[in-house]
Formats: sequence, C-alpha cells, structure tokens
Amino acid sequence: MSFSLGKKLGMTRIFDEQGNHIPCTLIQIGPCWVTQVKDVVTDGYTAVQVGFQLIKAKSVPKAQINHLKKAGVEPVRFVREFRTDEVSGYKPGELLANDRFKAGQLVHVVGISKGRGFAGVIKRHGFHGPNASHGTHEYHRHPGAVGAHTDPGRLWKGLKLPGHMGTARVKAKNLQIIKVDSEQNLMLVKGAVPGPRNSLVEIVLSGT
Amino acid sequence: MRNLHLITSAQLRTDIPTFKAGDTIKVHVRVIEGDKERVQIFQGTVLERSGAGINEMFTVRKVSAGVGVERIFPLHSPRIARIEPVRQGRVRRAKLYYLSNLQGKAARIKEKVTTPSGK
Repeated sequence: MSFSLGKKLGMTRIFDEQGNHIPCTLIQIGPCWVTQVKDVVTDGYTAVQVGFQLIKAKSVPKAQINHLKKAGVEPVRFVREFRTDEVSGYKPGELLANDRFKAGQLVHVVGISKGRGFAGVIKRHGFHGPNASHGTHEYHRHPGAVGAHTDPGRLWKGLKLPGHMGTARVKAKNLQIIKVDSEQNLMLVKGAVPGPRNSLVEIVLSGT
Repeated sequence: MRNLHLITSAQLRTDIPTFKAGDTIKVHVRVIEGDKERVQIFQGTVLERSGAGINEMFTVRKVSAGVGVERIFPLHSPRIARIEPVRQGRVRRAKLYYLSNLQGKAARIKEKVTTPSGK
C-alpha cells in the first residue's frame, strides 16, 4: 500500500513518442512524515497518520504540536490518516519515501473540489434546460416540472434541484502516473485532479 | 510555475526558427499512415502565435484550390519535422484575424524590407 499527501501544482501537457498530447497534472508529493501508527489494540483499527508541509510552530495548536512531538515530527500544516491493513512497515517519525510510486502505475487522487456556490440545475446536474426560443418567456435555465399531482402529492426524495455545488471531497480514480521525480518530490499524473492549484491532495496507489 | 516549467522544459524544442505573424513559412508535418511515415509540407502565412511554454501554438493560413485553410499547430510538437521560414511579412498586428476575411489581392502582405545593419 502506497500513499502520500501532496499539493496540486497545476496542469500542463506533455507529448508522447507519437506526438500525442497528454494533459497532465503536476503534484508535489511530500515530504511526508508518519505521525502516528494506529493499531487494533489501542485504536480499534489500523491506519497510518501522515503529516505534510512544515510550518512555523506558532501557527499550529499546542495540542497538535505535542501530538507531533510524540512521533518526533516538526510542526506540519496537514495531518491525514490512511486506512491500511498492513501497518508493521511504518514507524512514527519516519519520512515516507517517494520512490514507492513508479511511472505507469495507477493512483487515486482525492481533493476538495472548487466551490461553485449556489448552482442551478444546468451546472449542477447537467440538465439541458428548456427551449431558448419558440416563445419561451423569462424561463431560461429552469429545472421544469418537479413533481406530479395529488398522487403522490409530494416530491420524490433525491430530486435534483439547485443548491450548493463544489467544495466536496472528490476522488479522481485510476490516474496513470506519467513521471515521478523523487528528488524534486514531483509526480506527473495523466488527467485532471480535483481542487484548485496549491490545494492539498491525498494520493493512494489504486488496487491497494 | 517553476516546477511546471521544470517538468516540461525537456520537451521544449530548440530548433524552432524565429518567425512571427505575417511571415510565410513551410511547416514540415510528419504524417503517419498505417505503419508508414512521410513528411507533408504545409506552406502559408502565419496568422498568430499564442500561448507560452509547451502550450505555444501557431496558426498558418493558406488558400488551397480556392478554399482558405487555417491549420493550428503546437509549436513544440514532435509531429512537426521542421519549420522553414520562406518570407518575412510587414504587418502591424500580432494577430492577423482580419486576414481570414480577405481574399485575392486584398489578402496580400508586403515583404518586410530589412536594411543592412549599421545603416
């Protein structure tokens, strides 16, 4: 099981040998430190807690600093947990090596998607919207009819309506790793990754 | 941005001649047909160069059999075998969008007169 925290740096393109464009996202992977190893006896489940991005100690709550001190890790901005069955290989305080990721492997990348605010049904659910012309009067981008009549006399649960969109945890699955530069802590994956630039992403090797 | 450049800089081509909008160039395009590869030449006027870094593109327009053809190429694509400058044009814009609406004599571009250096 390979996992890491990272920072989305932005998108670019590269060319393959045939000259095809590959749209890809550059992610800074780590450096990450193991901050805690959870086991069945004390915690009831197994997981590895990982810290990422060193910051000044005064920006971190004291409780967290002391928690990190137990593992011997400097103050970090982000602490996240990865559930995994096999935790014996991880020691608190240890630096996660980036060479566990290889070009060609598939990874899942989790991020917090960009916030869209209160969005209508066209943007939020991909509705086609009513006719733009043919007598349409002040009825553009509307959802249309939402329910039936006296029977059932209510709306169905789960009806797609306008509402808040974005700022949600989204997982982009099975993105191919194009390149890994473990010296520079950089990883290039094919395709897009949820979230704005410079946001935190979680990377997990797929199939593990 | 620095890191983005780092990762793509290896693919940037260094064999691109300087050319800009208004110039006439020959683009030698690698065409792959089945398992055979040949080079096709697309000659025309450069309408614009846009984008930066590995995303830089350029548009070439030619009139083929009376029909205007505009083709957009990625500047750093490996599919481009070679770019050959033919003629420098004298234009006052960086983007020659107006050229698409002109034809015949109106669509001509004057050749740039380069004075010898030192004069």
